Amino acid sequence: MSDLSPAALNPGAVPLLRTVGLTKRYGSFLANDKVDIDIWPQQIHALLGENGAGKSTLVKTIYGLIQPSEGKMHWQGQPMVLSGPSEARAHGIGMVFQHFSLFDNLTVAENVALGLDGAESFKDVSARLEQVSRTYGLPLDPKREVWQLSVGERQRIEIVRALMQDPKFLILDEPTAVLTPQEADQLFIVLERLKEEGRAILYISHKLEEVKRLCDTATILRGGKKVATCNPKAETAASLARMMVGGEIKKVKAAASRQIGVPRLVVNDLSLLPDDPHGVRLEHISFELRGGEILGIAGVAGNGQDELFAALSGERLSKDPLTVVIDGQSAGHLSITQRRKLGAAFVPEERLGHGTAPRMRLSENALLTGHAASNMVQHGFVNTAATLKTVDRATETFDVRKAKRDPEAASLSGGNLQKFIVGREILRQPGVLVVNQPTWGVDAGAAAVIRQALLDLAARGAAVLVTSQDLDELAEITDRIAVMFHGHLSVPLPTAEASREKLGLLMGGSSIEPTTEAPHAARA
Amino acid sequence: MLSVLAASTPLLLAATGELVTERAGVLNLGVEGMMIVGAACGFGGAWLSGSIIIGALCGIVAGILMSLIFALMTLGLAVNQVATGLALTILGIGLSGLIGARFVGEKITPAPHLHIPGLSDIPLVGRILFGEDGFVYLSLALIVAVWYVLYRTRPGLILRACGDNHVSAHALGYPVLRIRMYAVMFGGACAGLAGAYLPLAYTPFFIPGMTAGRGWIALALVVFASWRPGRLVAGAYLFGAVTILQLHAQGAGLGVPSQLMSALPYLATVIVLVLISRARSGGSTAPAALGTVFVPDR
Repeated sequence: MSDLSPAALNPGAVPLLRTVGLTKRYGSFLANDKVDIDIWPQQIHALLGENGAGKSTLVKTIYGLIQPSEGKMHWQGQPMVLSGPSEARAHGIGMVFQHFSLFDNLTVAENVALGLDGAESFKDVSARLEQVSRTYGLPLDPKREVWQLSVGERQRIEIVRALMQDPKFLILDEPTAVLTPQEADQLFIVLERLKEEGRAILYISHKLEEVKRLCDTATILRGGKKVATCNPKAETAASLARMMVGGEIKKVKAAASRQIGVPRLVVNDLSLLPDDPHGVRLEHISFELRGGEILGIAGVAGNGQDELFAALSGERLSKDPLTVVIDGQSAGHLSITQRRKLGAAFVPEERLGHGTAPRMRLSENALLTGHAASNMVQHGFVNTAATLKTVDRATETFDVRKAKRDPEAASLSGGNLQKFIVGREILRQPGVLVVNQPTWGVDAGAAAVIRQALLDLAARGAAVLVTSQDLDELAEITDRIAVMFHGHLSVPLPTAEASREKLGLLMGGSSIEPTTEAPHAARA
Repeated sequence: MLSVLAASTPLLLAATGELVTERAGVLNLGVEGMMIVGAACGFGGAWLSGSIIIGALCGIVAGILMSLIFALMTLGLAVNQVATGLALTILGIGLSGLIGARFVGEKITPAPHLHIPGLSDIPLVGRILFGEDGFVYLSLALIVAVWYVLYRTRPGLILRACGDNHVSAHALGYPVLRIRMYAVMFGGACAGLAGAYLPLAYTPFFIPGMTAGRGWIALALVVFASWRPGRLVAGAYLFGAVTILQLHAQGAGLGVPSQLMSALPYLATVIVLVLISRARSGGSTAPAALGTVFVPDR
């Protein structure tokens, strides 16, 4: 591997930012352990690592949000100590947060003004906002309130806000997690342009292919320590993943032969009005899912996936019982518990607050979905031993790591809690499993366990419906993929035929006709 | 009509403070407690010094001290805001009895009414517009200032941002807890002044429990006004008018039960809440982070 780093090419050069032995301690826990990282102008630098590897801690330190326990930062060769984000911004460091730092009830212009340091009048901010958003092709209406905007537009606000400070160094925390492939491509064009303007970019992502395509350098963190700095273009996705995990990730394996059986989940012409004003209306959704089959539903968030999940799980009932048929039984009018008794199980997207009650113990959370069809409740009394046994079995089967036998749900890390939730449902041996975003924000190791569990469940004859925004995940485990757009569900394509391009077009709202339209037609 | 302005002023003052507090994302249910302590201290200060202004300042300081107890608990120690606010009211009622015990039965000269020769003598409107006590005009000036700061200045934008999403505000580097503490203190100062208004201008003596639930009406008023300063003024005068109407109705021997009349402000608030939620097209009317505890990570 040849060393193409700017330091090697130009020995006298000084990096824009250099961290030396940056360490952050929380009690006895080392979130960052002596991290050295060099950021050069005109480079896109990837920061890779599993959940909990210390990526967020590192960028928060660089942005001045948290103070390091030890170590130093040098900005253009000069020592830099930051007491807060406004000082970081004054140096020329900008940040685009993963969970947007926006204010829903304020306008776009007000949101942007809050991210600046107040020297300009509000009118000037609005004018400059329009100018910057036009220059970079990131259209925004300054007067709209944020709650009215799509996720993609919200991200544009974050990016424009950061760009308005004319940063020398821009940090982006998982910017493409919420975008369609086409929207992501647009973002990459902007990033390439920023790089050409001489800015440095630090790019956090879980999507290794994306990193290989976009980034010039990659720093890999594991357990708070830097394990490598490399040129991602010279690595493979597998070799990067190995460095992140520190070993081989178990390859997800489909069973050699899977019996496709009778239809177990049938949805007939399901239309449903949303119950909140921002919801999506479901329009004539029909599909058939057979035993042993995994159907994937792709789509940009907010196109009706949550509404479909609610209709399938029974959180929303439909008047016509025939709209949802579980194992031959009409269930459209049945409650969640009644549907569970028919052998269905549901894993919602949000782990805390929907999938589990955060402040309740795991055993109590097991009871919340397991009471319908198990021995957990006898003669109206809770059988504590049975609920604890479910926790133990889920722990053992799905490698849930936790501090105690029966902790509160909120104390588990995202990946471990998700393994517990999926495990809790799979242990009930459901005939139909509906799961929404099974591995969202979960690290590679836990994601592999969960995907394997879904494949194994299908191999035992269950019908599995997976909604996900991660196309790689759908490609890995599903048999067919359909796309949701504005409440409509496309006709499922066999996974082998569902190219990223085709799915991307469907996700953008185009129908795939056998014409040779250019892909940019997908964007209105 | 004259007494409507006087009856509305303590409501407007207390609600102005609570509006700012809630806009910053803090729900302080202790308005009644801060008011009654403000009343006791305000009367005490005025009686001992012989000055209405010193009395008003004593009321303000007492309100701020009460609100600091609340700030210490909810912001410093992240205690539940609802429970702390209720406790503050109970504490305030007890404390005011203790402080005010020696002043019960004493009398002071109430705050003078303005008199501008000519203007104040205009029939009907003259006394209303130019003949009230100074607190009435102060309360109106204050709510205009609050409106201006909230919607036309950067500190106001930052305060509203803290009430909308404290996590984002923190991520952008704003000191959420400090901003909230100032907002709570402002709320305390306003409630203390509102309380002091009662013995200094409304009735020139102190009796225990003289706030008589006005703190609760002020809280309802903020919701009634859907957290908007303009509507707050309208609501305060409406609620003030209802209070006076109730007295007159009793005096005139009308057959409306006085309990029903006293309940009117609360009923009106419930009705407005229903109307708001029905008419709502999206977003949230209330500050989105209202009543939630924030603990920054470091």
